[in-house]
Amino acid sequence: MLLIKNGRLLDPASKTDAALDVLLDGERIAKVGAHLSAPGADLFDAKGLIVAPGFIDLHCHLREPGQEMSETIETGTRAAARGGFTAVCCMPNTQPVNDSASVTRGIVERAAAAGSVRVWPIGAASMGSKGEALAEIAAMKAAGIVAVSDDGKPVATARLMRQVMDYCNALDLPVMDHCEDPSLFAGGVMREGAQSMRLGLAGIPAQSESICAGRDVEIAGLTGARLHIAHMSTRGALEYVRAAKKQGLRVTSEVTPHHFTLTDEDVRYDTHYKMNPPLASREDRDALIAGLADGSVDAIATDHAPHHPASKDVEFDRAPFGITGFETAVALGLSELVHPGKVSLMRLVELFTTGPARVLGLERKIAPGEPADLTIFSDTHEWTFRAAESASKSHNTPFDGRAFRGAPMATIVAGRIAFRR
Amino acid sequence: MLQRLPHLLGIETLTSEQITFFLDQSKPFQEFQRHPLKKLATLRGRTVALAFFEPSTRTRISFSTAASRLGADTMQLQAESSSLKKGESLIDTVRTLEAMRPDSIVMRHSSSGAPAFVAERLGVPVVNAGDGTHEHPTQALLDALTIRDRKGTLEGWNITILGDILHSRVARSNIFLLSKFGARITLCGPAMWLPREVESLAPGLRRTSRTEEALEGADVVMVLRVQTERIHEPALAVEDYILGYQLTAKRLQLARPDALVMHPGPMIRGLEIDPSVADGPQSCVLEQVTNGLAVRMALLYHLVSGAAADAPHPTKE
Repeated sequence: MLLIKNGRLLDPASKTDAALDVLLDGERIAKVGAHLSAPGADLFDAKGLIVAPGFIDLHCHLREPGQEMSETIETGTRAAARGGFTAVCCMPNTQPVNDSASVTRGIVERAAAAGSVRVWPIGAASMGSKGEALAEIAAMKAAGIVAVSDDGKPVATARLMRQVMDYCNALDLPVMDHCEDPSLFAGGVMREGAQSMRLGLAGIPAQSESICAGRDVEIAGLTGARLHIAHMSTRGALEYVRAAKKQGLRVTSEVTPHHFTLTDEDVRYDTHYKMNPPLASREDRDALIAGLADGSVDAIATDHAPHHPASKDVEFDRAPFGITGFETAVALGLSELVHPGKVSLMRLVELFTTGPARVLGLERKIAPGEPADLTIFSDTHEWTFRAAESASKSHNTPFDGRAFRGAPMATIVAGRIAFRR
Repeated sequence: MLQRLPHLLGIETLTSEQITFFLDQSKPFQEFQRHPLKKLATLRGRTVALAFFEPSTRTRISFSTAASRLGADTMQLQAESSSLKKGESLIDTVRTLEAMRPDSIVMRHSSSGAPAFVAERLGVPVVNAGDGTHEHPTQALLDALTIRDRKGTLEGWNITILGDILHSRVARSNIFLLSKFGARITLCGPAMWLPREVESLAPGLRRTSRTEEALEGADVVMVLRVQTERIHEPALAVEDYILGYQLTAKRLQLARPDALVMHPGPMIRGLEIDPSVADGPQSCVLEQVTNGLAVRMALLYHLVSGAAADAPHPTKE
């Protein structure tokens, strides 16, 4: 038994914001109440801290199987725990691609053996994510996937997307799409705009994303399926999501911490600023923040994309896309959204808990009988992030050396303390 | 007094004083090109590494000759013979070069920012000899020297740059340089190579897709090379380019009668420029080449010699 005392409990599901204790018994929450006592229980003093439901990351890359030089399930989930996440959804672009039940099972088993947090795999939509035949989606669902995606690239064609959505609708799985029009993308390496012009780097127009988001929303309307727009970075895509929600379509979206923090103006010849989708214009960034605040965006997701140092220590246009994100996500949310008053603390917690849970068709709350997954964080703790001290195998982040106010202080997964600062 | 630059990576971050300093330093080297004996001992014993990761003839020969006329030795690395083909990373290749102890690395690369990337990691002065679609600083310096020579001053001219602005490192460097000297710059080319964002490169840039409009009143016309590899993209028909953007004698009449015609080369006669204009009295194409030597000598002297900026000019030693 573990008793968490003296904390400020924030539970978006019940709209609770109060001084309440939580008693965990094994893998479940036993009791929630004021001034609880439990003789014999271990005590966690959460004085000055916020106790929230376990944070969920809808979008990450754990690189196992196949790219263990960059990350493994063990190191990735350790980093996730340090970032306050109790469950992470890993994208299927491993080697081999997670397009079969056997790969899914391998991930699930490895996570059970070596994972610090829960790992919920996302299966490929198409075989090898090649955009041709459907992957074995139902078999993967039986093995444990929570969604499908060809992430890294969009579901290749509108026709394939229709088939995937129809099929996943029957299986009650959300389809997560990496929205991008390949012909407009055209080998670009950053957002097209004044900065790409100045740096002489090939630009990707914002419409590359919004055109594909528009396509997907149309097909969500055609099929009635659950569509989730991954790592949304443009106002154009956000407008499609807003319109879809207004029509009652089951369309959700996520935004990454780097997209609500940085803009294309921050890009320099440093491959830690290279990710896909690329950092957006200031106008798009501000629109995303408005979307996070008003509910048009459902979740903050990290798109944690580790790459080992040698692969990033190259010319900008030759570097792979992606940055790590687990350990800075919560701190960026607090520093960039809550402290400046753009998003309330309760709303931030929603974006990490009930929001992503709803995308997956789950609930997330602190109540007796619920899984004992909790994220305990501080909104005042001052610290500096050092990439070299990260638990991830890779250190490709633009936030190395950044000072923060607020941090995850403890991550509790199934009643066990997976991380404590 | 001007501080020695650690590198020359681009024009954008230079001040007009620094640019003027280089142009002034180039002056005696221009005269020097007319000497029968074109060899100084200034950089004797020094080594300049020429790392050309992208095919180049003119710029490579120009830098190599500049180094040699200063008395320096050169080490040459060319894309064709480099280990990059064998999968070695850029940083390993240049570290290998650095281990041979050159005093400077002159670098051309098809990736924008590659010289900056190398400069950040190496302890040797790096000269950008053209990086991707970013900058080509020595080209802009030699163009500025040519304009200043011919027109007496660099200040305040109407400059028209004609061609594929979007993909041109020559255009970027020239825009950055000339705008520091009060030029009124007009950018002209096919619309898809002239996006609205080009206006953000410097204050007061004018943008038009109509060549006639762009040429009116121009004091200097800079014609850019048409990269035929780009024209083969689904972008533009060659015939259309010629029809709309070739600098013809008739079009040149719209410019000031004493307007200069410049071209960074290599030039394709009959495509971006009419042969009669290329060879005409207003053309400074060959002067640009000679001035390139002078500018590169001044630059290498500055970066490699370690001499104070107020030291006597090497040609006067």
